[in-house]
Amino acid sequence: MAFNRSLKAAAFASVATLAFVAGPALAEEPKQGGTANVVIQPEPPSLNLGMVQNAPTQMVAGNIFESLLKYDTNLDPVPNLATEWEVNEDGTVYTFHLKEGVKWHDGEDFTAEDVIFSMDEMLRETNPRLRVNLDHVEKMEALDDYTVRFTLKQPFGPFLGLFEVGTVPMWPAHIYQGTNYQETADDNDPIGTGPFKFEEWDRGSYIHLVANEDYHVEGQPYLDEIYWHVIPDAASRAVAYENGEVDVLPGGSIENFDVPRLAEMDNTCMTTKGWEYFAPLAWMWLNNREGPLADKRVRQAIMYAIDNEFAQEVVWNNQGRVATGPVNSVTRFYTDDVTDYSYNPDKAEELLDEAGYDGEEISLLPLPYGETWQRWAEAVQQNLEEVGINVDMEATDVGGWNQRLNEWDFDMAFTYLYQYGDPALGVTRNYISSNIEKGSPWNNVAGYENERVDELAEQGAVAFPDEKRAEIYKEMQQILVEDVPVAWLLELEFPTIYRCDVKNLVTTAIGVNDGFGDAWLDR
Amino acid sequence: MQKNLEFWKRFCRNKGAVVGLLIIVAVILMAIFAPLLYPDSPWKLVQRPFIPPMELDGYWFGTDTLGRDIGAGLVHGARVSLLVGLTSTVVALLIGVTLGAFAGYYGGLVDDGVMRFTELFQTVPNFALAIVLVAIMQPSVESVILAIGIVSWPPVARLVRGEFLSLRSREFVQASMVLGQSNARIILTQILPNTLSPVIVMTSLMVATAILLESALSFLGLGDPDVMSWGYMIGAARTVLRQAWWMSFFPGVMILLTVLALNLVGEGLNDAMNPRLARKSR
Repeated sequence: MAFNRSLKAAAFASVATLAFVAGPALAEEPKQGGTANVVIQPEPPSLNLGMVQNAPTQMVAGNIFESLLKYDTNLDPVPNLATEWEVNEDGTVYTFHLKEGVKWHDGEDFTAEDVIFSMDEMLRETNPRLRVNLDHVEKMEALDDYTVRFTLKQPFGPFLGLFEVGTVPMWPAHIYQGTNYQETADDNDPIGTGPFKFEEWDRGSYIHLVANEDYHVEGQPYLDEIYWHVIPDAASRAVAYENGEVDVLPGGSIENFDVPRLAEMDNTCMTTKGWEYFAPLAWMWLNNREGPLADKRVRQAIMYAIDNEFAQEVVWNNQGRVATGPVNSVTRFYTDDVTDYSYNPDKAEELLDEAGYDGEEISLLPLPYGETWQRWAEAVQQNLEEVGINVDMEATDVGGWNQRLNEWDFDMAFTYLYQYGDPALGVTRNYISSNIEKGSPWNNVAGYENERVDELAEQGAVAFPDEKRAEIYKEMQQILVEDVPVAWLLELEFPTIYRCDVKNLVTTAIGVNDGFGDAWLDR
Repeated sequence: MQKNLEFWKRFCRNKGAVVGLLIIVAVILMAIFAPLLYPDSPWKLVQRPFIPPMELDGYWFGTDTLGRDIGAGLVHGARVSLLVGLTSTVVALLIGVTLGAFAGYYGGLVDDGVMRFTELFQTVPNFALAIVLVAIMQPSVESVILAIGIVSWPPVARLVRGEFLSLRSREFVQASMVLGQSNARIILTQILPNTLSPVIVMTSLMVATAILLESALSFLGLGDPDVMSWGYMIGAARTVLRQAWWMSFFPGVMILLTVLALNLVGEGLNDAMNPRLARKSR
């Protein structure tokens, strides 16, 4: 039964990809040639995706490296370096069949050995987020040169969702096996299997990639080269687009209020697609440990008091969606069957009265990521003061923000995190009690503890099949939303702005991060 | 009485100074009556955002990116600018006059020590030092005042030292010494009053500089995040300059007027207090 279903899913996925790739191709024949000029912000520290996972590194290196799968905008897996895959009946054995004839940029063959080296040896050491997930894997083995089998200790629902290029990039064993990875991290000669090869990096100015002639997808890439331009100032990036220096502004490259202005320019297209996998969700940490915020009713009052629609319309210029709970609506297993906290200041005041809140000062730490976030904090501060909460706004820099959260030295603090498509990968980490630990701003910083949530989070990760997981995660979301461990704000969207004659730019759930293999210029 | 009258006569001879004085009085009145003019917090989101000036009754200066009343911001901002300008100048005077007096009166090694210390501060650019100080102390009204005070005292110290050096050898001071007055008494009652006029002139200019420094710090986001100030308003609005000029224009005008007025008044004071010098320069 289960076997059938996953096969069907896989078959459907392949058909979907075919349609997806073939669709536009039928309508318009991709043209060969041309240069893409793209903004990268900030300048990545390195392009070695295996060692460094910064957002800009992922964005540029996604052209050079690849993973076994890609994900369409519904988060269904589609083939990439793996052409087919099978799951056994109880969801514990995954077998991947690799594409034959794939070559590394230095001409060597890509084989199962590279997969085992990348995942079992290197990434386990260099990527802490992946390491936790790979703990579910009992063994990885190469059955032959083009078949890899993963045997799991127990079912792990999100397993098929791991093979995104930023999380599990394939790494050449023939170069790196037996070396000290951290030392080689600074090399700037990355060798991958992707559609583009590294050519030159002029620090502080640009990164130049050129087409990989031996790319394994027939006809791709269409572009001859890509220049990633490093422009440190947001206003200058907008200007660079306006005078035609760059053709693509990836999400987050310019300030929000510039978005509508640029989107109105001639030959300019905008898409909010391509962030489904990351599904950034913004919220305000509430320190559950002490003071008024230890009272659930005060936390609920805060949820009612915040006018998220105002923030979405005014602060974010109509980008994003109002969040309903801990799971982004584009992440798997989302449910909207939870308590509704629409803006309701009267209800908030009632709850505050009930809780006996006496006007004690509550501090608010904005996220020091620029103007939008500062304005947002000011708007929320006003919302809260309107219902009688005494808010003291603090000022900090990125280092200070990190430190305050690491040390739990805050009452309320803005943040946003990625969800990686699955609650087990990017949601439960912020709410389970085993993740309460000083020293990281990305774990259960609020100090929320609920045994039932711990149980559900654990079950949800290993339950099989998906229907069971959906049930478990639904109950978890209902409990969380009732308890308000943090104040959820918005599901963020970072629109990609580009010239309309750059075709097929965003085709997958990670958008520009999946590289420019499909993209072509209609000029 | 007669002396006061003469002082005012001389001050009023400088038309610019009178205009400056009027502007300052207006700003002070605005600051005092801010809670009456705009009883609500200037942070309050009162109307839809991006309303241009003169378009909606009661919002003559328009609203900002979040729908806050710019008029309220201007009036409440005056309080912060004046508060920071005045108190930080007092801080600078306390440090500067004390050190300058010691150096000038005792001379020798004390003078050398204090002056080297002063030069240490003078070699570091004011604004850079102020940024570092505020960043270390965490932005708040107190830290901004302290930082501006700390970076603005060296010129005062040099001025006071110079005056003390020249006054110390004058007959009336030597007479006091012979009479056996204590050093403290000589410094405070004999010399200090005689150095006041240049210090007062300098003070009005220092207040102007302090207001500019405060605005610049707030502009960069280093102001007290709970306090509405002109610099903050410009900083927050600079990004939408192309869509909404009024958000940065009005606070900009306020800073310009206030600082200009203080400079004019300083010039007038100079004329009034050093009549001979003033006449020579005419």
